[in-house]
Amino acid sequence: MAAIYSLYIISKSGGLIYYNQLSPVSGCFGIELLQADTFDLNCFQSLTGTKFFVVSEPGTQHMEGLLKHIYELYTDYVLKNPFYEMEMPIRCELCDINLTQAVQKDRVALLAR
Amino acid sequence: MPPVGPRSGDAIFANIERVNAELFTLTYGAIVRQLLTDLEEVEEVNKQLDQMGYNIGIRLIDEFLAKSNVSRCVDFKETAEVIAKVGFKMFLGVTASVTNWDADGTCCSIVLEDNPLVDFVELPDTCQGLYYCNILSGVVRGALEMVSMKTEISWIRDMLRGDDAFELQVKLLKQIPEEYPYKDDE
Repeated sequence: MAAIYSLYIISKSGGLIYYNQLSPVSGCFGIELLQADTFDLNCFQSLTGTKFFVVSEPGTQHMEGLLKHIYELYTDYVLKNPFYEMEMPIRCELCDINLTQAVQKDRVALLAR
Repeated sequence: MPPVGPRSGDAIFANIERVNAELFTLTYGAIVRQLLTDLEEVEEVNKQLDQMGYNIGIRLIDEFLAKSNVSRCVDFKETAEVIAKVGFKMFLGVTASVTNWDADGTCCSIVLEDNPLVDFVELPDTCQGLYYCNILSGVVRGALEMVSMKTEISWIRDMLRGDDAFELQVKLLKQIPEEYPYKDDE
């Protein structure tokens, strides 16, 4: 029988309501990459428990770098905004603008190959 | 892309945008003075500084992790070293040292010989119970809480009270793994 690594239950508003890590692999900190036929799901987990997921075209390179960059944008435009309340939905325009720019730059780099 | 290793405190500090040190010292001083005027009691000011520090620390930790690239610390000893050598260097520009470890490795002191918050500051007699730098204890406590460590932090030595250095005692109370689901009772 196949081993189950972890179980997530997410509510319709996107909140994680149940999580169980059952991985028999020691030193495992959670999902990093999920490869499917029509998409790749890349994940970065910070040591503070915040998880960043990016769904991309299968085989897209440098997603790790993009995720790290997104983490840095999060620490700048979200956490350094004193009016942002922790753990609440992000409604910061500066964050939207910069995240979009980061993703566009990535797309341009890919299209240029 | 090969994984990037952790960066030293000096390297990060060199690349970060700077602000005038005097502006920083004056701003902090203005905060403390205003709190003393508003709250009057020195003990209340200590508590408020700690709370402000805590609110900073819970946000600062991600900035620290993103810029420094440190990986998960294997034990509390490594955590304390990282705070002293990378954390304090990165945010205050000073290197601290770690001493006075207890037998189980859960309690230590972080010592600062230099502290930009207190440049030009002298405590008057009316503020003798004040921990002027108490924001720092809050920052460390808040930051550690976001990486699952509950700590108790207190000042052992304070240069504004006549000691020869600033010594912060950091005691690990417990490691708290994340809990799901989050309780929505606030």
